[in-house]
Amino acid sequence: MIDFFAELLAVLLVTANDVLPILCVLVGFQLFVIRKPIPSLKKVVIGFVYVLIGLSLFLLGLEKALFPIGKLMAEQLTRPEFISGGKALTANGLQWFDYYWVYIFAVAIGFSTTIAEPSLIAVAMKANIVSGGAIGVWGLRISVAVGVAVGIGLGAYRIVSGLPLHYFIICGYIVVVVQTFYAPKMIVPLAYDSGGVTTSTVTVPLVAALGLGLAATVPGRSTLIDGFGLIAFASLFPIMSVMGYAQISEYLNKRERASRD
Amino acid sequence: MLKGLLAIFRSMLGSFRDLLPIILVIGFFQLFVLQQPVPNPGELFIGFVCVLLGLTFFIFGLEMGLFPIGESMAHALARKGSAPWLIFFAFALGFGTTIAEPALIAVAAEAATVAAEGGIIADDESAKASYASGLRFTVALSVGLAIVLGVLRILFGWSIQWMIMGGYILVVIMTFFAPKEIIGIAYDSGGVTTSTITVPLVTALGVGLASSIKGRNPMTDGFGLIAFASLTPMVFVMAYGMLFTGA
Repeated sequence: MIDFFAELLAVLLVTANDVLPILCVLVGFQLFVIRKPIPSLKKVVIGFVYVLIGLSLFLLGLEKALFPIGKLMAEQLTRPEFISGGKALTANGLQWFDYYWVYIFAVAIGFSTTIAEPSLIAVAMKANIVSGGAIGVWGLRISVAVGVAVGIGLGAYRIVSGLPLHYFIICGYIVVVVQTFYAPKMIVPLAYDSGGVTTSTVTVPLVAALGLGLAATVPGRSTLIDGFGLIAFASLFPIMSVMGYAQISEYLNKRERASRD
Repeated sequence: MLKGLLAIFRSMLGSFRDLLPIILVIGFFQLFVLQQPVPNPGELFIGFVCVLLGLTFFIFGLEMGLFPIGESMAHALARKGSAPWLIFFAFALGFGTTIAEPALIAVAAEAATVAAEGGIIADDESAKASYASGLRFTVALSVGLAIVLGVLRILFGWSIQWMIMGGYILVVIMTFFAPKEIIGIAYDSGGVTTSTITVPLVTALGVGLASSIKGRNPMTDGFGLIAFASLTPMVFVMAYGMLFTGA
């Protein structure tokens, strides 16, 4: 028990240290530039303390539960013995489709970690309020999660197949640019934002473990060059899926209105 | 008191729902695919309780502290009408939140190893450390500039599409000239920089600013700051890589 609290305190200190520069900027500007009292200061301070405690507990829990098991699973799933499933290797070795459990895991872990991502919850809440309810919290979160899932699945395929990262990314950019012209204007900035939002505390460590594990297993891949890039996939595909979500819901609305008239 | 407890209980239930997919995925793969017992279930359970409580507290504090402070400062700075201060604030926020980012520190160290292995820098500790800290500084600088760019966009009402497309074109062109080893890291660094505390603050800044300037729409103008913050690091990291090979 005492061990646990000692650990919690250590994490709390690290988190406080990370937050310190932000706090300095906020307090400095409040005191020297704005020079006005903060409205309901007490509540804000309590809120900040909550955020700090919450984030520390969250990180400690991830460190204790999620990361060890997630990394272990990524290692086990990418092990050659597991992938070949005991069958005799053919002359060509493993084909890209022999890694199907890896792809399924990549998709599932991409989706589920994105649903739990605190910063995405924050942005979805804000977008819901700002849009006057037009953008649903769950609609946004699920469409971002689908984007991340597809992105990481495809990223895993890229590592296995060894195709160059930038081909995928450039194609992705082209799709994003084309979609931008057809998507409802309101969603475009939010969609661009959701790319960067998705990949933070929960997703990055697990996805990085998967990428490095895969690159270490697949013959001919280097962990240093091929192990990276999954995060890039995970931050590109939500842009498409969020715009797609807006396009589909706009289309459905139109059809409903047309059928009503 | 009862009402408060009920509210906490309700938001804990919400957090549990947020975490359920992860539990299901891990349970499914562990039991049916890998067919292995879960290693130390006790520790795992405590960890999940921590994650659950942490998420609940974080969401609670978000609405009480982070969102209001970000927005009220944006309002106050907009009302002050001093663009230089606003821009300085934007830069300080972007730079300050990124320089201490743990994920970035990890990525920078990784990048230094790659560079040493590729023979770009000398393979010793001091060369790696200076390469890594240079990279961190570069990324923090780029995020600071990104937030400034985003704030300028809100002030002048520039359209985000053209700016992002310009950024994409720049990334694509630089990809062909940057050293191969740095490309993966550069692409990843875009996603890594935006942390759990930065995102709500920066979002509140954008929305607060857009709602306090006449003629700006919080929905179409307020969002987009994070997008810049995940684009500029790619450009800057590739530039950093090119600079080092050139030297």
